Amino acid sequence: MAAACGRAVLRGARFGRWFSSSACRMGSDGEPTKFQPPPKPVIIDKQRQREERRFLSPEFIPPRGRTDPLKFYIERKDMIQRRKVFNIPEFYVGSILAVTTADPYADGKTNRFVGICIQRGGRGLGATFVLRNVIEDQGVEICYELYSPRIQEITVLKLEKRLDDNLMYLRDALPEYSTFDMNMKPVSHLDHEEIPVNKLQVRMKPKPWSKRWERPKYNIKGIKFELPEEKMKEAQKWKKPWLEFDMLREYDTSKIEEKIWREVSEELKK
Amino acid sequence: MPPAPNLWAGEEGKAEAAQALIRGRRVRRNASFRDPLGAVLPGLGDERSRGGMEAGFLCPDVRRGPSGAACRGDSGGQLTRIQMALLHRRLGFSLTHLSNTVIQRHLSVSGACRAIQKLTRVRVVDNSALGNAPYHRPPKCIHVYNKTGVGKVGDKILLAIKGEKKKALIVGHKMPGPHMTPRFDSNNVVLIEDNGNPLGTRIKTPIPYILRRREGEFSKVLAIARNFV
Repeated sequence: MAAACGRAVLRGARFGRWFSSSACRMGSDGEPTKFQPPPKPVIIDKQRQREERRFLSPEFIPPRGRTDPLKFYIERKDMIQRRKVFNIPEFYVGSILAVTTADPYADGKTNRFVGICIQRGGRGLGATFVLRNVIEDQGVEICYELYSPRIQEITVLKLEKRLDDNLMYLRDALPEYSTFDMNMKPVSHLDHEEIPVNKLQVRMKPKPWSKRWERPKYNIKGIKFELPEEKMKEAQKWKKPWLEFDMLREYDTSKIEEKIWREVSEELKK
Repeated sequence: MPPAPNLWAGEEGKAEAAQALIRGRRVRRNASFRDPLGAVLPGLGDERSRGGMEAGFLCPDVRRGPSGAACRGDSGGQLTRIQMALLHRRLGFSLTHLSNTVIQRHLSVSGACRAIQKLTRVRVVDNSALGNAPYHRPPKCIHVYNKTGVGKVGDKILLAIKGEKKKALIVGHKMPGPHMTPRFDSNNVVLIEDNGNPLGTRIKTPIPYILRRREGEFSKVLAIARNFV
């Protein structure tokens, strides 16, 4: 009895100074009172208090159009089914990934490629992402299909975002910006932290480029343009300031995203 | 849709119609002409590669020097006679009377494939003497051994290098291929003999695994390759 009291006291001491109360108390009639279990401690999880970060992969968002939503629903079911079997991690354009695919013609039947994600395209099961790397001074890009059964593993080596959604200008940038070590170690990223945005401004090779990246149509923020002022001003001639007010081009996906995120997260939890 | 050219219009009317047609053409995404001659040529490559080893002979690479000089002979903005002749065939009416007007708009025509075809400048990636010797003209493809004239990875082509003809094997091109296959930043080629023996002894640049499908034909080339992608 004394030992049990002692243990209860010790337990109590951790949660606060209530130990003098119920555990060792003797009732007024001299008989020991019924053992009252200590109140459950309220653990305030500061991590969960921060707004739960919701990430919905962009391929779930249906494109704007007159297609029957049933088609997207069926496709989403298939995508969720694949995600249950194979883990597709969260990544953005600008993150460095390592992908292993099954290749009948490769050594050991698997082919591993490391690269920076420069573009995420397609919707539904045909969603793709393009990885770029420079191997032996030769730029190589591979377009992978996210839901292809040939993909055996996708690892995010470095999770980060860039200033742009599309890094195709890396083809015309200096090769050092696209070179990544094939045996790179994964950089750890804590769950509750915000995704870091790499505000790197990339230096370009001399013109001509594959596209005129200085034009406002591409709206690129991640290039350090070292062009003369006249060229930058001339590029602004192609600006279309009316486009942002064009109502026919509006596509507000916030409600759709909310609905789909709830649907997807519920299905994945099952 | 641009208005159809009124072929029965007078001289000025024709000129106007021609201009309207040119300007009205939808500019494609992969327009990349820096060409002062206002390239309007179909099928002759509109992409400039980093290695400067690409595209048709009438889209001069400014860094190329002498090989581009012939084309750059004209003053900026005017069309050469060859281009005009091709234009005539393509657009169906003569634009010779426009030769004095400077056509400023850069436009693109329906895509030249960035795969390898005749007159494509290529990059030899093995360490053969012929491939690496300096010459004032880059190696060019003059024939593709294929039913279509377009060469993809694994096709044999005929190259003109240093004034001689040599066969070569395509090991990578700038055109995106099927998904999961690599796309290179330059058109890579390995020099080969008629019987399939490679000239060089080492290939440092990465080679796509897809070549292993035809192991029988390319076994010797695959044997000298160091990196695979």
